[in-house]
Amino acid sequence: MIQLNALAGGLFLLTAFGVLAVRQVIGCLRLFVIQSILLAASACILGYELASIHLLVVAGITLGVKSILIPWLLFRVLSHEIHARREITQVLNIPTSLLVAAAITIFAYFIAQPLLEISSAAFSRINLPIGMAGLLLGAYAITVRREALPQVLGILTMENGAFFAGVSIAPNLPLIAELAAAFDVLIIALVMGLLARKIQKQVGTTLVGKMATLKEE
Amino acid sequence: MIQKIIFNILQVLVVMLLSPLVKGVIDCLKENIQSKKGPSIFQPYRDIWKLFHKDEVVSEQSSWIFRFTPFICFTTPMFVALLIPVLTDYPLFFAFMADMLGGGFILALGGFFAALAAVDTGNPYGPMGASRTRMVGFLAEPVFMIVFFTVSFVAGSTIPYIVQKVWVTPIANFFEPSHVLVMLAFLMLILAESGRIPVDNPSGHFELAMIDESKGLEYSGRGAALMKWGGCMKFFVLLCIFLNVLVTPWGLAGSGSLWEVLLAVPLVLVKMFFFIIVLVIIESSLAKLRLYRITEFMGAAFVTSLAAVVIQLLGI
Repeated sequence: MIQLNALAGGLFLLTAFGVLAVRQVIGCLRLFVIQSILLAASACILGYELASIHLLVVAGITLGVKSILIPWLLFRVLSHEIHARREITQVLNIPTSLLVAAAITIFAYFIAQPLLEISSAAFSRINLPIGMAGLLLGAYAITVRREALPQVLGILTMENGAFFAGVSIAPNLPLIAELAAAFDVLIIALVMGLLARKIQKQVGTTLVGKMATLKEE
Repeated sequence: MIQKIIFNILQVLVVMLLSPLVKGVIDCLKENIQSKKGPSIFQPYRDIWKLFHKDEVVSEQSSWIFRFTPFICFTTPMFVALLIPVLTDYPLFFAFMADMLGGGFILALGGFFAALAAVDTGNPYGPMGASRTRMVGFLAEPVFMIVFFTVSFVAGSTIPYIVQKVWVTPIANFFEPSHVLVMLAFLMLILAESGRIPVDNPSGHFELAMIDESKGLEYSGRGAALMKWGGCMKFFVLLCIFLNVLVTPWGLAGSGSLWEVLLAVPLVLVKMFFFIIVLVIIESSLAKLRLYRITEFMGAAFVTSLAAVVIQLLGI
């Protein structure tokens, strides 16, 4: 069981790299779906091992909201043109940003080390550093990507990372908090999707890099 | 003792005789998936046979390297076949002569001489292909190293037979994240090293786009046959390392009886057939990357292997 959880963790990390490096927007979205499924799988395994009904419900909510509802929402709200587009300009080129991402992951392991000494659960040895790496990689994705939708996915990846770490530290978090968080993320995704759609209608592009200068009519 | 030597030589014979078949199956399946009829799966044997009976033309301007290279390209995979588990899961006579890194270096020696020979003749396409192969090679090198470091951290050894045992018993080890990530990275490495589609198009005949193929353009007759056969054997050996050590370490002969060893031959072929199907799907669904995008592909492989080593060392 602990091996399966570790496997989910390893693949979770890989998808976080993918959200950072995949050029095509639709590929990025697919990776986010896979990542959410992995998060749900990890929560499921933990719920089974720790005999916590909360975690199973969390897994269900994650599966429903993050791997079905949010991608569907983003897919519907934004026009097809955005999804099919390839991102040409990134702040850093892809090999460089992958190397930085690798450095960030190692850093995440080091900052998680002192925290691991406090909590003794076997699962948090895997989930805490990987979740933290997901958090940092999501933040990094927001800074380097120039397209609006991958930036939104970066925020959602951060959220996924926080959950991935959270399920191992606090398995008995009140359900209402989880529900509120899931609902929150849904609203965030909706608002950002609508905003990006509006921006695209007005400016004709969602390349964030081009919006640095203000325009006056 | 004598038995182990015999089995070891049997392994080399299996690699020699069956490697063109694997290439034939790949070519045939690839055409089939594009709803064409495709060549017979024995076509590589016929090609090699035909080439051995043709005259060889060697440029006067070329040096001994050009004449010597086909033999090196032909023999180096045979040496590697002595070291790796092709049929048995217990170490054979020559197994401790070198580890996985040693095998990698032996294969790299063949690649090195092939690149030199391509530069040797002065054919304009040769040096271009050689330099491109070197570019892919040096991008693949760190991935190769880190994959083997991870493997040696897990198994405490880089002898392929010992590594393979670690991942079979207990079965839970098979699902370790570092193992899965190493498999992914090694798959990308195989695609790059054997010139498969996201990196290079093996069936392309457009000289300007060639990476791997253009090195052998100048060879004819016996030299071409040896280069071709050596290329097939190199691919077969890489598949053996990938499948028998990393992906499916089952179905190998466990005891010393000859029948069991012979039974392992079709089992290995079945495993390869399933892998070939995966390979053909990858090849048919992806487009060849532009030359400068290869760094991104290898960068992804590098980060995958690095994630494996990080999880292995710092995680569990």
